[in-house]
Amino acid sequence: MAKRSAPEVNAGSMADIAFLLLIFFLVTTTIETDSGITRRLPPMDDTVEPPIIRKHNMFIVLVNKDDQLLVNDDPLELKNLRQRAIEFIDNGGGTGELACDYCQGAGDPTMSDNPERAVISLQNDRLTSYKMYIAVQNELVAAYNDLREREAQRLYGQSYRQMERNFADANWRGDKDRLKDQLDVLKAMYPQILSEAEPRRRE
Amino acid sequence: MSKFKKKSGGGTPGISTASLPDIVFMLLFFFMVVTVLRQNTPLIENILPYADEVEKLEKKDRVMYIYAGKPLPRYQEQFGTEARIQLNDKFAEVSDIQAFIEAERATKREEIVPLLTTSLKVDGETNMGLVSDIKQELRKVNALRVNYTTREGAAQANLQ
Repeated sequence: MAKRSAPEVNAGSMADIAFLLLIFFLVTTTIETDSGITRRLPPMDDTVEPPIIRKHNMFIVLVNKDDQLLVNDDPLELKNLRQRAIEFIDNGGGTGELACDYCQGAGDPTMSDNPERAVISLQNDRLTSYKMYIAVQNELVAAYNDLREREAQRLYGQSYRQMERNFADANWRGDKDRLKDQLDVLKAMYPQILSEAEPRRRE
Repeated sequence: MSKFKKKSGGGTPGISTASLPDIVFMLLFFFMVVTVLRQNTPLIENILPYADEVEKLEKKDRVMYIYAGKPLPRYQEQFGTEARIQLNDKFAEVSDIQAFIEAERATKREEIVPLLTTSLKVDGETNMGLVSDIKQELRKVNALRVNYTTREGAAQANLQ
């Protein structure tokens, strides 16, 4: 008796099946990594006395319900906010112990003594729109990052934003400990001191 | 009989499609691997604002999502047009956030609980009042790491 050979499976439709699956996954795919502005909220305890801050060390940003900016009692456009914040932080008006030897600002006595003392205070109305809030936050963070960028170029000949990206990248080949030390130095030079008051309803 | 027969027909030979399934499978596997199925169906309008000084949220398992914005038109009859919070496919109140965070924490491994980040996906038109209420609740449960999730773009783009 002749052996009956097993009938061959027709694989012609395999491509169709694979295409069907492919299209399904193509449609459902969202290649997205979320990104955004990361912040730390202050802890809840109210036991800490608020420190006394000199008026010239404060950079007060108010945003009203119509999304208009008021910086130290002057109206300001959003596009000028970053520059104003940089001038304020980098002012270096202090003398003696408070002197800032890396600041390049004008040394105006009405602005901050030292980046370590410079406090940016942000206050919103409850009716401020979220996108305005994000825009202001973004500009203020950008002001700090621009200053750190400058110092990173001067001290290490690198870009601060690139260093931050490398530090966050798990696949980056390089000396992470050294990078962390360098980043810490830059962050200590221009610490981000952003205080947010509870929004209130104002007329 | 000549040894050198002229090749019959000048037509081009057909292209073999035998490797087509292989190619398609390769693509299929690629998309299967990179696919992240959407976790939440949005019930609200969620047009995120723009920012460019951003950090990436790399590890998905360390992120909790809180959505906020106006209800979508088909829910407006029931829920109104005021901005609402959405947690896990449901509309929620500000007071539900604490329970939500605790429940999320319970599903995570103990060692990553302190590293959890709350991603706030808030529509650009929302009022800050709601956002700061959310932040206040987060502070109460000590979930202090927040990420205002945004789209890439200059801050100026928010004003248009």
